[in-house]
Order: sequence, then C-alpha cells, then structure tokens
Amino acid sequence: MSTIANVSRRRFLTGGVIAAGALVLGVGYYRKLLPGQKLPEETNADHATLHPSVYLGINPDGTVWIVAHRSEMGTTSRTTLPLVVADELDADWKRVKIEQAIGDQRYGDQNTDGSHSIRSFYDAMREAGATARFMLIQAAAHEWGVPAAQCETDLHVVVHRSTNRRAGYGELASAAAKLPVPDKRELKLKQKTAWRYIGKGEVSYDLQALVSGKAIYGMDARAEGMVYASVERPPVLGGKVKSYDDKEALKVAGVRQTVPIDPFQAAPAFQPLGGVAVIADNTWAAFQGRKKLKISWDNGANETYNSDQYKNELRETSHSPCKVVRNIGDADAVFAKSGKVHEADYYVPLLAHASMEPVVALAEFRDGKATLWAPTQNPQAAQDIVSKQLGIPKEDVICHVTLLGGGFGRKSKPDYVAEAAVLSKKTGRPVKVVWTREDDIKFDYYNAVASMYMKAALGAHGKPTAWLQRSVFPPIPSIFDVNTVYGDPGHLQQGWTDIPYDLSNLRVENGPAKAHVRIGWLRSVANIYHAFGIQCFTDELAHAAGRDPLDYLLDLIGNPRTIDFKGVEYPNYGASMDAYPWETGRLRHVTEMVAEKSGWGKRKHGKGTGVGIAAHRSFLTYVATVVEVEVNDQGEVRIPRVDMVLDAGLVVNPEATRAQFEGAAVFGTSVVRSGEITATKGAINQSNFQDYPVARITEAPYQTNVHIVESDAPPAGVGEPGVPPFVAALCNAIFDATGKRVRDLPITKLGLS
Amino acid sequence: MIQLKVNGAEQSFNGEPEMPLLWYLRDVLGLTGSKFGCGVGLCGACTVHVNGQATRSCVTVMRDTAGKEVTTIEGLEKNGLHPVQKAWIEINVPQCGYCQVGQIMQAAAFLDSKKKPTDHEIDDAMSGNLCRCGTYQRIRAAIKAAAEEMA
Repeated sequence: MSTIANVSRRRFLTGGVIAAGALVLGVGYYRKLLPGQKLPEETNADHATLHPSVYLGINPDGTVWIVAHRSEMGTTSRTTLPLVVADELDADWKRVKIEQAIGDQRYGDQNTDGSHSIRSFYDAMREAGATARFMLIQAAAHEWGVPAAQCETDLHVVVHRSTNRRAGYGELASAAAKLPVPDKRELKLKQKTAWRYIGKGEVSYDLQALVSGKAIYGMDARAEGMVYASVERPPVLGGKVKSYDDKEALKVAGVRQTVPIDPFQAAPAFQPLGGVAVIADNTWAAFQGRKKLKISWDNGANETYNSDQYKNELRETSHSPCKVVRNIGDADAVFAKSGKVHEADYYVPLLAHASMEPVVALAEFRDGKATLWAPTQNPQAAQDIVSKQLGIPKEDVICHVTLLGGGFGRKSKPDYVAEAAVLSKKTGRPVKVVWTREDDIKFDYYNAVASMYMKAALGAHGKPTAWLQRSVFPPIPSIFDVNTVYGDPGHLQQGWTDIPYDLSNLRVENGPAKAHVRIGWLRSVANIYHAFGIQCFTDELAHAAGRDPLDYLLDLIGNPRTIDFKGVEYPNYGASMDAYPWETGRLRHVTEMVAEKSGWGKRKHGKGTGVGIAAHRSFLTYVATVVEVEVNDQGEVRIPRVDMVLDAGLVVNPEATRAQFEGAAVFGTSVVRSGEITATKGAINQSNFQDYPVARITEAPYQTNVHIVESDAPPAGVGEPGVPPFVAALCNAIFDATGKRVRDLPITKLGLS
Repeated sequence: MIQLKVNGAEQSFNGEPEMPLLWYLRDVLGLTGSKFGCGVGLCGACTVHVNGQATRSCVTVMRDTAGKEVTTIEGLEKNGLHPVQKAWIEINVPQCGYCQVGQIMQAAAFLDSKKKPTDHEIDDAMSGNLCRCGTYQRIRAAIKAAAEEMA
C-alpha cells in the first residue's frame, strides 16, 4: 500500500507550477495551534479536538469540519474537494460540515480559475482524510490493545473485526489528538474499490440554500453601519477625472457624499480604474446620485481605439510573417511548389463575462485593518491589492469569500474589492460597492479579440502537406505591462502550439497586438478562438476535399502517439508532461465515441438542418462534440441536440461534471450567436443584455448529452473544456445546414436571414 | 406613506416612491433572496410575485405597490419547500444559483396558471429569465416534474 502513497507523493512533487504552490502546504499543513497562538480568522476545523490538517477537524460529537479553500461559483468545487477528504476519512457525508476558508496562504493556491481545483488538490485532500483516519485507527488500537494493522474503518467508525469492537470517530477524537501526526509515507490510501464518494459524486452541499434564497452571495453581504457606493469610472481605459461637479448628486435623497478614486498607476493590473464614487444609504440612491454627477474626463491615449479599425489591423498583421512559436519541417518550401492551397481568416471579437451577479464587494477598514466580503475567485490576490492600496500588511487584510453568482474568470481579478476597501478607508464606514450591469459589461477584463490566418497546402485525398497558422491577439499580460504585445506561452499553449495533427510541415506563429482595454481570462480563454480557427478550418478542408468531416478529422489526428514538444515552450497548464502527456489517442477515442453516441452519418437530416463535429484538448481534458442545428428560412438557428464526450481522467463528481458540460454548451451558444464587445473612441459600446445578449432558454441547446470516458488517469479540468469544441462544432453544423461558412463571430454578421 | 404586504406582513414605506421594489426588499427589509441582475427587466433574477403575478421587482416602483401583496422567495412556502423548489432539488438544477430564485418564482407563478405545460409553453414562459451557467435543460425538466407533482 505504501507504494500508492509514494506514487502519489511523487506526482505531487513533480506537478510543476501548481504543485509548487500546493507545497506551501508543507508550512502549515500539519500546524496545530499552540496555546496563545492566534490565526487571523480561525475556522471550526482549527478549533476542533482532532485537527491534523488545515482542511479538517473532528469534534467529540462526531462532527467533521472540512474547510473549502477554493471559491464556489457553480462548479461544485466547494462540495467535490471536501468529498475527497470525506472519502479518504471514511466519513459519513451527513455528518460533514463545510466551512469556507478566508484568503490565507496556509491553504496553498486559492485562485479558483484554470479548471484545476481537483487536479491540484486531489492528492492533498486524500492525504488530509487519510491522516485523520490513520490517527483514529491508532487511537482505537491503543485503546483496545490490538495491532493497528488489524483495525480498519467503516462509515465514521473504527472496527476490530475479530473481537467485534467498534468506536465512533467522535469518541476517538480526543485520544487521536494526542498522537503524533504521521508522515505522508505512513499513510495508506484507500483502494479504488473502497471509494464511497469519489467517482460517484454528490449534489452541492448548498443545494437547499440555493433554491430557498438563503445562499449568501457577495451581493447579499451586509455589515453593521454599511453604506452603498456606485462609481462613475473613466469611460476609456487610462482616463482620468479632470474636474467634477457633485452639487446635483448630493441633493438626491439618501446620498451622503461623493469620493474621488485615484486612477491606476502604470498598468491596470488589479487596481481600481479611478473615477468618482457616490456614497448613499441604499443602492438605489447611490445609482440615482451617480446619474447626476457632472464629470469632465481626460480620456488619455486609448481614445484613438476603434474596434472596427483594430480588427483590420489584427488581420493585416496576421497576413505577414510573425513570431514562430512552433515549427516542424519546412512549410514554406511546400507552399512554394505551388500546388493546391487553401487559406482563410478567422475572427473572434472581445467577449464579456456577464455573470448573473454583477461585480460587487463589501469592505470595512477599521483600526488599520481591512475586512473584506467578496465574491472572489482569488482571495489572496484581493489581500495583495488591498494591502498595497491601503498601505497595510497583507496579514491585516481578512478576505471572506462569499458564494459567487457566476465568475467565469472575471472574479479572479479583484479590482472591485480594492475599490470597496479604498472607499471604506476614505469614508470611515463599511462600504459595499455595487456594480450595475452596465458597469459589469463596460469595465470588464475581456476575453481577447483574435484574428487567425490559416493556410494549408493540400495533397492526396485533400490531406495537408503543409500547414501554417498565425494568431494575433492582445495578450493578457498586457494588464501588468502595457507594452506586452506578444502572446505568452501560457496562452499560446491553449489550442495553438499544441495543434494535435500529424503533420510533416507545420509552422505556428503569433503576431503582436497592443491592448486598449483590459484583457483577462474568460472560461476557456484563448482556447475559444484557437479551437474555432483550427477546428473550423479543418472542416473547410474536409469539404474542399469532398470528404466526411469526421473521417477527415480522424485522419489528421492520426495514429495514437504522444506529442513531442521539443523546442516548444509548452507549460501544459502547469502540470507535468509525465503525469499529463498530450496523447492523441485519447483525442481520437473521444472523437470516435462522440460519432457513435450521436449517430454520426446514420441519422437523416432534412433541408435546413446540419451536423458539425469538433475535437479539442484544453485544461488537460480531451473533448469531442457533435452539434445538430436547424436553420429556418428566417435565418433562425435552433440547436435540438448536442453530444459531448469527455476524457478528464478520473472524474470525482460525474453529476457536477455533466452539469458543467451542459452549461458549456449554453456558454458557447452565446459566443456564437451574439457574443461581441466593440469600442468607439476607446469606450465600450455595449451596456446590458439588450446589446450584449446571452443565450436564453429558447436559444440554448434543447438537449445536451454528456458522456464521460471511464479513466484512471489523473484528474483534469471540467469547468472550461466544454466550451471550445462546442463553438467550432456549432459553426461547422451551421455550414452543413446552410452552406455558409462561419469565419467571423458572432453569426449576426453571417447574413443567415 | 405606501402601505403594502410583504410575505403576509403589513409594511409601510415612506421613502422615495420611485425606488424600485427590489431595492426596498433588499436594502430596506433585508430580504436578499431576490437578486439584482440587470436593473432593466431583461434577466428575471429579481422576479417576485405581486398579487400572485410574476413581476420584475427591479422595474416596479414602490408607488405602484401600494395596497398590493408581494411574495418573495422567503415567503413562497410557509412550511418547508414549494413543489417547484423540491423539483429544483430533485433535478439538481442550480450551478452558481444566483438566477435560480428568480427562475423558481417565475416557474411557480407559471404553474399556478398552467397545469400541464408543453415544452414550448415552458420555454415561452421562462424566456425572460437568464441563466449564464446554462441550466436551461434542467429548468425545463424540473418544471415538468413540478407540474406532475402539482397536478
């Protein structure tokens, strides 16, 4: 059994960037509070009688406290990670109580993005549970005077079968707490056959609260004596207040005062954007007062930005040689032979997150310390920025994490939390900053606009003999350094440098683009535009060759092999290539399986209907999708059926995983149907759901069938990987139905009607 | 002074009569179950019942609530859970859950007037309620399950 622990430990140590973060655990992982020692904010787990891990505590009444240190925005990570602890502990789920961690580095990485909560903490959760179980078994063995090896656990009890003795976890907690915490190497992890919860899953711990209005989101946080703020921000990124007149604003009933906020310094990062805040007794009064502000702006350099013109610039850049980020063979030599060549431009505009809960935060600055209540995906980053903005130590910033009414990456950036903290310091009261929907859409960190140029030379059976692809997009690191214009490996890896086709001549390039708005992570990020470009171009080539798109796609994926990234900077989502190699056989398998599940080529499709297929790996998960569409004479698109097959390695919570992929189809539908943010003179044109529509029940796929591949491979991501292949498959289906190729998203530009 | 009933209790309001009901419920009464999503009646997160009708509280001003009976998620069912809430649990509808209170209030009012809805009728009735997590197919299934239960 110890070999399992060793394997697990080895993976932990070699897990790359993420595991390095998780190893911070080593510092506090087994810390027991000494008398008089005080943590900034103690959990019930910290105070429990048996407390062998920061994630876990057991009380004499048998209550098991499990700390959820990752944020809950609908992916069920707040339930699924504790489920792993409970399984390894052999605990009764009904006796588990989950409590949300504050931001604290003793928990390791808390930035709930990148679809890696399970991947990065699966081992740590198992070890936490196994540690407590080990100690409970030792305590019972001592008590009974029998070898620990003869004792085992059953649901919430330790048993010694031959003498028929049993003792509950609660009654053993005190004795177990006196024992030394075992070294990880002593732990015996459960065999798969003994798993109670892993692979079976559970519904959200908060389900009852969610349907009864009792769940507390950031929007619902309250503090004694709090006031409400609404902020008028510079309409153009980098703009500043020249002067303002608040006389009329102050006349609005309920308005208390106005407070200017400093613009950001150097690069925006997570700093407030600046502007003028109206402070009031309730949210509505703050909104009304803000409408009465008269502000004169200095818009700054980004005033010259127009998204139409910018689109042309990106395209032009992509038509000339750019920076080579991966190369195999000599594509140019093949192109020079002047055989049959196919080329195309693909384009995806800026996209906004538009989570149902607009951005919001509550902060109280008092006695040199800040307390925050925020729907944040990234509480430690909130601590960092608030500490910098207020000039206080990070330890004096307590960040409580509420439930998130959606996040999709927006709430990893805590600029809004910093706003609340700055305003609390300036007003001397707890301040809740409420963003309107218009604020949420106009002051987002947008998914990058991207232009992609694709070119292939075609040989026998229409197969590419050379392949060139260039993508040009303003990179996310530009929010930290405005002069950054090239994509970083972390985003070029997302479906671009890892094009999985078996090609003898391949050149992958990336061109420069300067950002004029804040660019950020949005559910599946660069994979959205990269998968769109590659998977739709593939479909084009299949049709050009007169071949079945499935057959052609499988031909390009080729025989099962592990992709060799020699000479390519490929971070593999922070995971090691040993634990998570890029295996084309797994992509091939999900593609074949989705064809079978969807009845590809077997079901009849009438006039105006079509099917499309796409396959993509992102966040270490392999996904293939088939989408069926109907397009009527008015150009209205209906999506009667979607089939998705995913291979995410071990899936801890299948039910939650299915829900994530169903949701990804709806998210992708919004991207294709209507997702578009534009700007004129540097200011965002869209404002609310009338001009930034997201899919409604009448527009979303009617039925999405999610099929999960059984696998013992280490766990990979499930929150994001459903989106990219869905977008491409839907566009391919629209071509099949109408003969119109979608190269420019959203499809409002396609002229379907 | 505006007199109204909220979840069966008499209330009087002497603030700004143009204040939307949503902010009265949330900021004045502390009933935070009803959510702010768009402020202009486009998303349905703020849906409550006014005299039994599903109503967007973010665009309903206090002046227009005088003498009315307002029901929020907090008062939807006096004891335990409403059949729609039970169906939401059975089908495991919510992801982030933020829009679900509005969805449930919309569905409950809809099922009061429609006993055996078709898919088309459900989609029609629910088309004003956005869910960014994309739980629509489960919402449809849960409404069908609730309709069975309520029949």
